[in-house]
Amino acid sequence: MDVLSNGAVTTVSNFVFPNDLHVHWSMMIVLYPYITGIVAGAFIVSSLYHVFNIKALKPVSRFSLLFALAFLACATLPLLVHLGHPERSMNMMITPSPSSAMAGFGYIYALYGIVLVLEILFIYRPKLVQLQAGSAGWMQKIYTLLSFGSDNVTPESLALDKKIIKFLAAIGIPMACLLHGYVGFIFGGVKANPTWSTPLMPVIFLLSACVSGISGIILLYILTKKYRRESLNLECIKTCFNYLAGFFIIDFTFEMLEVFSHSYLRSGYHHMVEGLLNGPLYISFWVAQVFMFSVVPLFLFGWLCLTRVKDRLYILGTMVTSGLLLLQVLYMRWNVVIGGQLMSKSARGYTEFHPQWFHKEGIITAIILMSLPFIVLFFLGKIFPFWLEESE
Amino acid sequence: MGENSQTLDKERRDFIKKVLKGTIGGSLLLVIPAGLRSGIEVPVQIPGIRDQEYDLNKKRFAFVVDITSCIGCGSCCVADKREYKVPDYHYRTWVERYLKDFDDKIYVDSPNGGLDGYQEPRKDLDKEIRDTFFVPKLCNMCNDPPCVQVCPVGATFRSPDGFVLVDEKHCVGCAYCIQACPYSVRFLNPVTHSADKCTWCYHRVRKGLLPACVNVCPTGARKFGDVNDKESEVSKILSGPGVFTVLRKAMGTSPSLHYMGARREVI
Repeated sequence: MDVLSNGAVTTVSNFVFPNDLHVHWSMMIVLYPYITGIVAGAFIVSSLYHVFNIKALKPVSRFSLLFALAFLACATLPLLVHLGHPERSMNMMITPSPSSAMAGFGYIYALYGIVLVLEILFIYRPKLVQLQAGSAGWMQKIYTLLSFGSDNVTPESLALDKKIIKFLAAIGIPMACLLHGYVGFIFGGVKANPTWSTPLMPVIFLLSACVSGISGIILLYILTKKYRRESLNLECIKTCFNYLAGFFIIDFTFEMLEVFSHSYLRSGYHHMVEGLLNGPLYISFWVAQVFMFSVVPLFLFGWLCLTRVKDRLYILGTMVTSGLLLLQVLYMRWNVVIGGQLMSKSARGYTEFHPQWFHKEGIITAIILMSLPFIVLFFLGKIFPFWLEESE
Repeated sequence: MGENSQTLDKERRDFIKKVLKGTIGGSLLLVIPAGLRSGIEVPVQIPGIRDQEYDLNKKRFAFVVDITSCIGCGSCCVADKREYKVPDYHYRTWVERYLKDFDDKIYVDSPNGGLDGYQEPRKDLDKEIRDTFFVPKLCNMCNDPPCVQVCPVGATFRSPDGFVLVDEKHCVGCAYCIQACPYSVRFLNPVTHSADKCTWCYHRVRKGLLPACVNVCPTGARKFGDVNDKESEVSKILSGPGVFTVLRKAMGTSPSLHYMGARREVI
């Protein structure tokens, strides 16, 4: 796009530093925070039940953990595809540089993975014991392994489990926040990029993580239940949706605060950022992220949360809103990661990014990587039943 | 007639003999050039390094670019590309052309990083130009380098003598350093898949030679030396009364690359 022609930045001769023409962090680095965000958000839903005792969320409390695990299992894949030397990726764990924000990723990711898996195993333990007794062959071996070979489901044993679960869920909350707030800090800590270097970045990332996680849970809960022709727990959906509204309002407020405060302060780079948002990012930021996927959902929230709506319409409305918000977060990641790099450090121009279908980090790879968590989730569902039965 | 043809034959034979001698002699020189050339070395360009113990902590190198001297010939870029076989469309150093019109508007370009030299005036501007100058760019060798700070594996590091270098065999190719560099001097090398950038020709410096770009600059716009050596040109310039600036001072990176005569418009 010709920056001069839209008149946003008149002092720019559209000069891009020769090494800035290429966008180094492309779609894989858009997917990475998107996936970890869904992990953190889904975990928060589960913790609302397990730690804060929000009983209405019980039907999705187990599923949300499996949902988080499926996405966590795939979170490193976009990074590995992106690395110039994926075979050296373990250098991050072996020779971490303490001064680097990125060096902590391997440890935080691994620790969070351990906590998540342990929590799932403890929550499912009585169910696993029951399944182990009722299965044979390989499946029985798997269930024996997953229940640590213990079939003790006495009330005392379960009471101890409950304490352990509460502990794991409680330390899981700061860890989920750390996992994703930290991803935001990877961007927020780059002083060379004025669109990234803001202390609000981790906060925005964390809030948008909650939005994408809760949206994903609502959408998948309704879809799988509809597919299986099982009844939906409307109270659970309503609670999830109200939380989603709360998180999204704060998230969107911070996103806009970042833009408007810079615009009002008129500091050194505001012309460049303004030119970026009104120029190359006009469609993906103002039209898509802000209007279609933020303002429209806000009206939907107002309609669905504040007025009386028929149940069928309410469920349809929540699905549409959740879908729009999943796209909102994806666009937000795109606009931050790729949008931020379109602005050359010359402060005099913008480069372009055109996604390619068959590139190593192209659209096909992105589609495959985004499908993988659902395949993992499908297989997890073969071992761990997603939904609670009436008796549980 | 007979005498003449005999003389001609003799001349021919002599000529062929000379050609053969020359060919054999020349071929032998090609086969054993080292033996004949031993003892000849490229003259020292930076004193106090060659054949001496190198103490990393006693040297502190600095680079000075004199913008008023640069003529935009692109020789530095060519020398650099040849020194390192820099892949096309990636730049360890480049030269920018700045134009200023009578409304104080600045127009900058750097086609192919200035590799071809600025042999023609810029034709795409319909403005009367008041002033023009060239700005060579290279690694700033920061004393507080953000690239070193963000490298997750410690593959990029700063040596005590003032060089920020990359261990291309340890680099994972995450490109975080590329994002962190405020000067955009880094790139991911498409051949090695590791981060790459200007090294101020560290391999040459350790042999007492100037960086390749400094060596070829016809106007002395690029100057390099040890600040701790009070006799070096760079040390004298930097301790003199000239006006110097560093790029993007507000970034707090404290570069060792200094610019002489840089206008405030230079970023």
